[in-house]
Amino acid sequence: MKILVCITHVPDTTSKIQFTDNNTKFDKNGVQFIIGPYDDYALARAVELKEQSGGSLTVLNVGEAETEPTIRKALAIGADEAIRVNAFPKDSLFVANQIAHYAKEGGYDLILMGRESIDFNGGMVHGMVGEILGMPSISPVMKLDIEGNIGKMAREIEGGKEYLEVSLPFIAGCQEPISEWKIPNMRGIMSARTKPLNVVEAISEETSTAVDAFQLPPAKGAVKLIDKDNVEELVKLLKNEAKVL
Amino acid sequence: MSILVYIEQAEGAIKKTSLEAVSYARALADNEGTGVTAVAMGSIENSQLAKVGAAGADKVLHVNNERLNAGIIQAHASAVAQAYKKVEAKTLILAKSSLGDAVAARLAIKLNAGLVSNVTDLPDTSSGYKVKRSIYTGKAFAETSISTEHKILAVKKNAVDLKTDGVEAEVELFEVALSEDDFSAKITSTDQATGDVLLPEADIVVSGGRGMKGPENWNLIEDLAKSLGAATGCSKPVSDIGWRPHHEHVGQTGVKVAPTLYIAIGISGAIQHLAGVNSSKYIVVINKDADAPFFKAADYGIVGDAFEVLPKLTEAVKALK
Ligand SMILES: Cc1cc2nc3c(=O)[nH]c(=O)nc-3n(C[C@H](O)[C@H](O)[C@H](O)COP(=O)(O)OP(=O)(O)OC[C@H]3O[C@@H](n4cnc5c(N)ncnc54)[C@H](O)[C@@H]3O)c2cc1C
Repeated sequence: MKILVCITHVPDTTSKIQFTDNNTKFDKNGVQFIIGPYDDYALARAVELKEQSGGSLTVLNVGEAETEPTIRKALAIGADEAIRVNAFPKDSLFVANQIAHYAKEGGYDLILMGRESIDFNGGMVHGMVGEILGMPSISPVMKLDIEGNIGKMAREIEGGKEYLEVSLPFIAGCQEPISEWKIPNMRGIMSARTKPLNVVEAISEETSTAVDAFQLPPAKGAVKLIDKDNVEELVKLLKNEAKVL
Repeated sequence: MSILVYIEQAEGAIKKTSLEAVSYARALADNEGTGVTAVAMGSIENSQLAKVGAAGADKVLHVNNERLNAGIIQAHASAVAQAYKKVEAKTLILAKSSLGDAVAARLAIKLNAGLVSNVTDLPDTSSGYKVKRSIYTGKAFAETSISTEHKILAVKKNAVDLKTDGVEAEVELFEVALSEDDFSAKITSTDQATGDVLLPEADIVVSGGRGMKGPENWNLIEDLAKSLGAATGCSKPVSDIGWRPHHEHVGQTGVKVAPTLYIAIGISGAIQHLAGVNSSKYIVVINKDADAPFFKAADYGIVGDAFEVLPKLTEAVKALK
């Protein structure tokens, strides 16, 4: 089985989000970048599936040279080789077009990625790639097994889950608890240095959206503390002041 | 010409977030001088469809096909695309949800439409077409322009107020042509909590963390939730250890909620948890540690032991009602 895992390169979940250049650019100052947590789940499951049934595991990232340490980490976790599409990921359509092109070229049986990126939270790329390639796309997938030619999955729905089956090839947007995040070991880190990381060029410049400006939410006022022996006061405030009861 | 709204249902009941999307479309249509048509899939009673009119639609296209009761992504996308062409729409509105996202993404390609998700406000069309969306898991917003003629907006909960005083909508049965490819994903079973308020849709959420000590104490959370008509949630470690089901896990890697009231009990307020709740209108924190970071993100707080405070709070809420 040939598996492709698409990863994002995003600010660590504890990052303070700030903007520069008159609120038109993300401020990378002091920010650590990681593999998107949802993509990291997809990658972890892909490593397990490869261990079970053999085949190959490729990671793909659409990003400029700065994303290579993140890609190397994915190689250290267990991918065999990597593709970096050398372009700034302008919008979902732009990224989906690149992934669809290189996924088709590589003839993958299974394409995994996170349910959404944690920077723009769009959750759209898997569905777009599916539609471009005419393949089923399933998301958010919280359990995935491959039996022969069939993918057996659980998809999270509001208030529960739905079990489904679909034939390879297909695309899945993944989330926990599909697997547990894997931490690269020393051997993985050493071998990642020499695994192939192929840099390719973008095949299309098409976009449909653009960010004009960023904005931070207004600062929160101070908390109003209520004595623990006077909980009736809290109920009164919720009713009369916040008007939510 | 009309704005089209994609409606989701569960067990025949139309989702409240979809009705909000209808109200959003109504406000947009009033600005543009167009109409609102909604498309609903599967077996739905007319009494449920009437809510779509009350929320602001002029017309409902009902695809009364049992096979569409389940959220089969490709089949829903094909059906919505046919409705979109029929009403000659230029804009599709839907509620942000796990199914909504998946269907919208396929439609963006099918309809050559620019898609923006997590939309928090009506578009600004004074120059170009700009929408505000929530990004960085609620930690920021992006003013986003759409450059395509066709547009899809996936609207975040509470972007507009739900309208309930709309007129009766005309219901038309709508036949769609679906291929077997549209049903290539076969749903074998579903496992759904019934009778509870669904977490992503709830107006009030009562959420417990590791401070609740164990699943045997969850009756305290459930009693308070019941008294408030609220949904229950939890922090990630609580679902990781299996005290609560995964679909209750709130935060960066779980469900993102946007209720009017979020009550957090025995949750420390780690940044990844806050990322899932920062769109709440009001936050109440109950924690025995006065230095718990969650108090910084709260509107109201009680420093105290959950096991003492919760029963009293539940009584006080019941006394009010
Ligand atoms: C990449 C990443 C993603 C993550 N995603 C999420 C996510 O989506 N959601 C999430 O929740 N977490 C997430 N986390 C984990 C997060 O960092 C915290 O570890 C987690 O939120 C802590 O859960 P908690 O507050 O229940 O537990 P703790 O941090 O252990 O806090 C327990 C709290 O209960 C209080 N307490 C104890 N006893 C009582 C009592 N008797 N009465 C009242 N209060 C009491 C304590 O004072 C404490 O504040 C993520 C972490 C990472 C690294």
